[in-house]
Amino acid sequence: MAVQLDARPPVAPAPGTTRPSRGARLSRFDTRYSPYLYIAPFFLLFGVFGVYPLAYTFWVSLHDWDLLGVEHPYVGFDNYRQLLADPDFWHSVVNTLGIFVISTVPQLLLALWLANLLNRQLRARTTWRMAVLIPNVTSTAAVAIVFAVLFGRDFGMVNWLLDHVGVEAVDWKANRFASWVAISAMVDWRWTGYNALIFLAAMQAIPRDLYESAAIDGAGRARQFWSITVPLLKPTIIFAVIISTIGGLQLFTEPRLFNSGTNAIRGGPLRESQTVTMYMFENAFAPHYNFGYGSAIAWLLFALIAVVAAVNVLLLRRLGGGARKEEIR
Amino acid sequence: MVTFTRRRLAAVALVATTALLGATACGGGDDEAAAGGPVTLTVDVFGQFGYEELYKEYMAGHPDVKIVERGTGSNLDEYSPKLTQWLAAGKGAGDIVAIEEGLLVEYKANPQNFVNLLDHGAADLKGNFLDWKWNQGLTADGKQLIGLGTDVGGMAMCYRKDLFAKAGLPTDREAVSKLWPTWADYIRVGEQFKAKNTGASFLDAATNTFNTILLQTAGNTTGYSYYDTSDKLVVDSNPAVRQAYDTTMDIIDSGLSGRYGSWSEEWVSAFKQSKFATIACPAWMTGVIEGNAGAGAKGNWDIAQVPGNGGNWGGSFLAVPKQGRHQAEAIELAKFLTSAKGQIGAFKAKGPLPSSPQALADPAIVESTNAYFSAAPVGKIFAEGAKSLKPVYMGPKNQAVRTEVENAVRTVELGKRSPEQGWTDAVENAKKAAAK
Repeated sequence: MAVQLDARPPVAPAPGTTRPSRGARLSRFDTRYSPYLYIAPFFLLFGVFGVYPLAYTFWVSLHDWDLLGVEHPYVGFDNYRQLLADPDFWHSVVNTLGIFVISTVPQLLLALWLANLLNRQLRARTTWRMAVLIPNVTSTAAVAIVFAVLFGRDFGMVNWLLDHVGVEAVDWKANRFASWVAISAMVDWRWTGYNALIFLAAMQAIPRDLYESAAIDGAGRARQFWSITVPLLKPTIIFAVIISTIGGLQLFTEPRLFNSGTNAIRGGPLRESQTVTMYMFENAFAPHYNFGYGSAIAWLLFALIAVVAAVNVLLLRRLGGGARKEEIR
Repeated sequence: MVTFTRRRLAAVALVATTALLGATACGGGDDEAAAGGPVTLTVDVFGQFGYEELYKEYMAGHPDVKIVERGTGSNLDEYSPKLTQWLAAGKGAGDIVAIEEGLLVEYKANPQNFVNLLDHGAADLKGNFLDWKWNQGLTADGKQLIGLGTDVGGMAMCYRKDLFAKAGLPTDREAVSKLWPTWADYIRVGEQFKAKNTGASFLDAATNTFNTILLQTAGNTTGYSYYDTSDKLVVDSNPAVRQAYDTTMDIIDSGLSGRYGSWSEEWVSAFKQSKFATIACPAWMTGVIEGNAGAGAKGNWDIAQVPGNGGNWGGSFLAVPKQGRHQAEAIELAKFLTSAKGQIGAFKAKGPLPSSPQALADPAIVESTNAYFSAAPVGKIFAEGAKSLKPVYMGPKNQAVRTEVENAVRTVELGKRSPEQGWTDAVENAKKAAAK
């Protein structure tokens, strides 16, 4: 800010000139334009690495674009038309949404519960809090490979354990629902702790006296949790849901590495666990190398994420309708 | 909050600038040759090419060349999208790239990505390769040579002696070969094996066997598989495809397959835990078996003749992408690696069968044995049939179509489709894939 800090008396303007001094002009320029300069790097980078690829992808999606070909004839919205009538695409959408629902819902509930536990008086509190983040620090690829082995049909530990309790071996990779469950387990293992820490941070901002007065009024722990903690956490929950939606609908590494061997990108012989991003990869790259079609899938995925995120926010807003008043009070 | 002092800002700016400069510098490329230092040649491969010793020898004779190999052990599914992306981006591919014959057809459709080896004296080398192998490397108009042949996929049947003994079957390779002149005999032996409950399956995966049977049948009859020679998709009208499919269905129906998806982690585990007794093995597969089953299984494996009559599965080429910086040096190295001497060296290291008639006739190959496979005379087994190998023509979207048909076989193998439904799927999906 242009605040004059030195205490010298103002200098009288030179006679015959009304133009503001060089310094004053500079400082006005500084006040007006500098902020834009300061935020410019982000937008420049976003433009280069965000907007440009997005626009380019759209441009590609309007062409019949063989990845290696020289000619890329313009086909308009043909790729989109074809895609909307492609049962394999919709199959992958259902897979993605299915895996998203059975991973995100328990994940967020579990994170909430975990955060609530961590918010109590514990010995070595920081250690516990950091410990829940460890799964998130491990590499996705390593996690996926370990889980893929755990969920193996013949040599997997999960089936071995199931066998001990008398349950027949499950072919985790060749059964649609079972593969969803296995992949969701991976996602949950990795992200529950991360969300718990976010919830915990928000919980610590809730004034203690609310709980104290609630306790005086005779509210138990559970009641306090549902009537104070959860409503006041609503904005954070919305944030976590949006982040999980974006991550969940873009799921790639876990299901890709869960399936191994020939043509793993397909997610099983009947596409049991193929997500939209995997379908996009299958079309844009091996074995089809149809870059235009793959780009169209990318754009529809973008639209899908926007829609699902919006629906989530609307739902949560409505659920939170009653609580918002409390928040204001 | 910490306020940023001027010095600190300057430091941040400096770091940011350096990072940006660093990022751009990466695109700058290496000027080693100009600086007089050695030229680094990158060779991109998949699976096991067995070139390590050859590199050492070459580098000893060419002190100005340094060779780096990438991708050893990676499977074709990982390798081919990467290669395609590099070619499409015009940057990133090695100075020499290996290309599998099934994918070569797709790369041949866009020959502008590769150096025309005919312009660099490759025509003189024609006699060093089996005729059909040489011709496969040429574009349709015959004007550009994309790649020089490395290996061909002469076929045999690898089996585990210990499991055969356990099932009361003969273990001697001559005797085993006599057990299965045809695939029907193979199934009959499999049923005998199965009846003895050894705890292992008779074969690894139906898809592998399907490929073997298809390429054998196609080679012996039509000379093409999914596409005819005019590039028309004939998956549903080529009798060779249907015949191979039906034979594979019989194998599945007899419950002989361990249903380990080929190249999956379970497949690799199954090798280690001796969970199956036979696997159709093109020459290059011997290296894969040794790698997967590990040193512990040395001497338990042996090689017999493949049921049916010969066949050819796979085989690769070395190509020089146009984007490379050291094309002249790369062409020289590619010529060396695909020379008769180079092919013999690779065969000795990892088993890929030479495509050079001189190499195939060389005593070093003919008399060679493989210690891992109970000292089987691999040279004799593979090389004998190699000269009479009948190539199978592959059409433009061969890989995508093959994937669909293999998948259909896999769904039947897993009990998710009946053989008839599987066939319908295979044909429908293959047509869809070919149209994409």
